[in-house]
Amino acid sequence: MDGATTAWLLVASALVLFMTPGLAFFYGGMDRSRNSLNMLMMSFWCLLTVPLLWAVLGYSLAFGGSGSFIGNFDFAFLSGSDIGADNGEKLVWLVYLGAFATITPALISGAVADRMKFSAWALFVPLWSLLVYVPVTFWIYGGSDSGGELTGWLSVRGSLDFAGGTAIHVNAGIAALAAVLVLGKRKGWPKEGHPPHSMPMVMLGTAILFFGWFGFNAGAGGLTDGVAVQAFANTFFAAAAGGLAWALTERLRDRHFTNLGVGSGIVAGLVAITPAAGFVSGMSSIWIGAAAGVICAFAVSLKFRAGYDDSLDVVGVHMVGGLVGSLLIGFFAKPGALGEFEAGLFNGGGAGLLAEQFIANAVTIVFSFVVTFVILKALDSTMGIRASEDDEVDGMDISQHAETAYNLGESTMAR
Amino acid sequence: MKLITAIIKPFKLDDVKAALKSMGVVGLTVTEVRGFGRQGGHTETYRGTEYQVDFLPKVRLEAIVDDSDAADVVDTIVSSARTDKIGDGKVWVSNIDELVRIRTGERGAEAI
Repeated sequence: MDGATTAWLLVASALVLFMTPGLAFFYGGMDRSRNSLNMLMMSFWCLLTVPLLWAVLGYSLAFGGSGSFIGNFDFAFLSGSDIGADNGEKLVWLVYLGAFATITPALISGAVADRMKFSAWALFVPLWSLLVYVPVTFWIYGGSDSGGELTGWLSVRGSLDFAGGTAIHVNAGIAALAAVLVLGKRKGWPKEGHPPHSMPMVMLGTAILFFGWFGFNAGAGGLTDGVAVQAFANTFFAAAAGGLAWALTERLRDRHFTNLGVGSGIVAGLVAITPAAGFVSGMSSIWIGAAAGVICAFAVSLKFRAGYDDSLDVVGVHMVGGLVGSLLIGFFAKPGALGEFEAGLFNGGGAGLLAEQFIANAVTIVFSFVVTFVILKALDSTMGIRASEDDEVDGMDISQHAETAYNLGESTMAR
Repeated sequence: MKLITAIIKPFKLDDVKAALKSMGVVGLTVTEVRGFGRQGGHTETYRGTEYQVDFLPKVRLEAIVDDSDAADVVDTIVSSARTDKIGDGKVWVSNIDELVRIRTGERGAEAI
């Protein structure tokens, strides 16, 4: 690996890692104040546990070996990552990919807000990472044969996922749906209002996510050539198109441009361009971002009709946005300058790529839903995953963490 | 001694304070409160979901004055807090039985 690639992957790793606290603030501001610290802690818990799990076992099972369905133990406990062997190539990839593994379970936390026992979340994060994230990641990005080609079965079939639209966003989004079905609705939902307690915090979180996403998408190829530039530019344009499309949809439907609409639209555009970032060029990123902005702006209302309490819209933004981007690859994919892969329908390709995109997402949805459901049912029958009604009413900050987000001059005495 | 209590629009607080100071009122206590009257509330929209906000932010101010000043103080608050739009608030006057200045122990009108 040359110095430029190493340098860019180190910077990109820090950018991706910064997204998890960014997500914490995005969700924390959107929640009510009495639950905001619990929301932050659910993301920060991922920053503590996932990197260690990744070092011990996760990376090796997600990327090692040359199988079709799961990795091996070759890199367990950081073995094989000695910089003397390859000047840090293995280690920089391990860290970079570990940052992706860190944010993925954190995405789910928005759906379970206000009512999940923290002890249950603490165990759910490593279990889900190992039993859902690791295998799905292997299918799409894992394994390598003697020629350096990926051996995971979905990538061998020919589906495309540049930076984790299917592996991360669709995966976490459908897991969020399974989680809220096991967990149940919040007390009072949907009649009781749950407005954001701090919109400035939401917008700051949006900004951090936007910034970090350049490392997410432009680093994913591990390249410092034009493909990285294209992925970077696609990220830039899709975010703007997604934010504008969602904001305009709200202006026409609800009469106002809202901050939450702009922030949500930026994130929806970023989610949608994630799988496509290194496979499309020209104006494609703008159409993909705009499509996600409009579709997700409507998708977040589905929960009221279907009756599932996806508190902060993880399904409506991440699963739907990820699906929009992943399926649109089947239309917009443009090989050539960006590398060798199948062309989309708009660029002279057949329907084969679209079919593979459909299969990869369908497989991920079924697997992630079922395994997530089983993990949470198992936790529920052993330790219980739902906080008591008293804890929920008092607020999760006090009941789970013995802290208050905003001590505004109340009288307190040290004991 | 009278206790003058007023509920006013928050952005009128500085005008009311200035008017009261210039007529010689020496003390004022202010609280941020929320309430509703005929003005009603407003709606907020988050991701397409509308929320009705019934309790609007208001400022409650309290001043203790001598019986002979009460009518003037009420008039001053009314004229300085008025915007002629719905939601300007109310002023009311109540009797005070006893008043003590904590620092000196003075009682009654001496303590105002």
